[in-house]
Amino acid sequence: MAFTDANRTRAQEIVALYPRPKSAILPLAHLAQDQDGWLSDEAMREIAELTGVTAADVLGTCSFYTMFKRRPCGKLVVSVCTNVTCLVTGGPEVLERLRGTYASDPDVTVEEVECIAACDGAPAMQVNYEFHERVTPDAAEAIVDEYASGARKARTISGARVG
Amino acid sequence: MVEQRLIVTKRLHDRPDDSWTIDAALATGAYESLRQVLAAGNPADVQEHVTKSGLRGRGGANFATGQKWSFLPAGSFPRYLVVNGDEGEPSTFKDRMLVERDPHQMIEGIVISAYAIGCNLAFIYLRGEFALGYDRVMQAIADARRQGFLGTDILGSGFDLELVVHRGAGAYICGEETGLLESLEGERGMPRLKPPFPAIEGLYAKPTVVNNVETLSTVPHIMAMGGDEYAKIGVNRSTGTRVVALSGHVQNPGNYEVEFGCTFRDIIFGFGGGIREGHTLKFFLPGGASFQWLIDTDEHLDAIYDIDFVSQNLGTTLGSGAIMVFDDTVDPLRVAWRLAKFYAHESCGKCTPCREGTGWIEKILFRMANGLGRPSDFDQLIDVGAGISPDVMRAPFTQTTLCPLGPSVVSPIASLHKYFGDEIRARLADDAEVPA
Repeated sequence: MAFTDANRTRAQEIVALYPRPKSAILPLAHLAQDQDGWLSDEAMREIAELTGVTAADVLGTCSFYTMFKRRPCGKLVVSVCTNVTCLVTGGPEVLERLRGTYASDPDVTVEEVECIAACDGAPAMQVNYEFHERVTPDAAEAIVDEYASGARKARTISGARVG
Repeated sequence: MVEQRLIVTKRLHDRPDDSWTIDAALATGAYESLRQVLAAGNPADVQEHVTKSGLRGRGGANFATGQKWSFLPAGSFPRYLVVNGDEGEPSTFKDRMLVERDPHQMIEGIVISAYAIGCNLAFIYLRGEFALGYDRVMQAIADARRQGFLGTDILGSGFDLELVVHRGAGAYICGEETGLLESLEGERGMPRLKPPFPAIEGLYAKPTVVNNVETLSTVPHIMAMGGDEYAKIGVNRSTGTRVVALSGHVQNPGNYEVEFGCTFRDIIFGFGGGIREGHTLKFFLPGGASFQWLIDTDEHLDAIYDIDFVSQNLGTTLGSGAIMVFDDTVDPLRVAWRLAKFYAHESCGKCTPCREGTGWIEKILFRMANGLGRPSDFDQLIDVGAGISPDVMRAPFTQTTLCPLGPSVVSPIASLHKYFGDEIRARLADDAEVPA
């Protein structure tokens, strides 16, 4: 989807922050994800226009970064760490449970991620980049369900606070 | 029992419920150093204090901060200050804490440092996953600007500084300073060939200083106490304090601000409260995931927490300041495999030895860790490792690649060889006897 008028204005403000417009590709891709819930080809074409590069340049940059979802994904992105501290404290078990529980739920995308800098709270996970630490499989599932039901307020899938 | 020495973590201990707010920051002395520095009006004096303080980069490379600043070519403008807040080294979580819980301290350090080096536009490259940290920094910048600590004519000094926060998007390699600069320019975060170093040609090919969050957070304190005084803290050429991110099988994981000169035993068994009930220490990673491991011997545990002592005597470094502790339930091969998986995933793909080698090493370690190893596997690991870090036992300090990511995957191999070699070779022999 194209940027809304408000977001297009915001995008132009972001471009103006940098000495060179191309620097704004990452922030604009985040903005597009905040708005659309993923990073579409259409959004990348508009980012290209705003930053004065080709759509291929934008794709080339964005495809390097794991936070950019170039296919539609769930409204909730659940990132479970399995790097070494989480590996030995139960991270893989949390990941396995969540992958099973939400396997056919289109609203929840479960992904395995590298260290998220919460090792003193291992095993750790993020839901739309909100940290949850010392989770068990049961606790993790309960947390995701609270976001899904609206009992907890989720950020966007790029981590922006909503409202 | 060794106590913490609170300098960069003092505010968040004093004001645990609101340390990140402008009110708490101002009530606990934030921006006082900035006022003094701007009133004195002598940028060169700031650089001299930082040089005298002996401050070394807290990101992991331990390079002297004052010296790094001094490489900027005279008379070449504009020049940029870029804050490396892309903390991604496995087991490291101290910059995230400093950003989330004391953003004003970092901002004060940035303004003072920018003033010292003559920079009017600075960037904070913040790890994309740090959503709360981003909110807190943005709020702190808005509040600092309202107070006159940022923007044009800061505190009436005539000095201007704009500060832009740039969120990453999930790529460990962007913590490497030239990869970070590429990413900040809107490119894939692939490291550059050095030289030229960023001080000569950095962001937009202009002179650039890249400093870590903890490094810059220390600068206001150096100015408050004076470089000479700061240099008295710590031991030898490891001056000051280090925020140690302690995790794994200890009783009390967490960030501890320690004065250089204590020992690993003080950290793991003092601050950390020792190994969890009923278990014993097997091995620990003394400086993040990229460097060689240490084990449960007096030589290692009683080693002085001193950058140079550890690198000269133990073949590893204090790196990012993270210590990861593993007890007797942990299979070192499984940890090595998981680290290899990390490096294989995070390799940017620019240099062939790393792009190919990290994947091979992951595959070999996977079968070794899962009872499917072959007798030749250990030698093959070392052989593949030598393609990335030629002097394998010194890994990651030799490299065939542009940056240290690839060589870092060889550190676990060297560690396995040094400390668990016989055990692993015996396991491989056993594996081979199982009929296919």
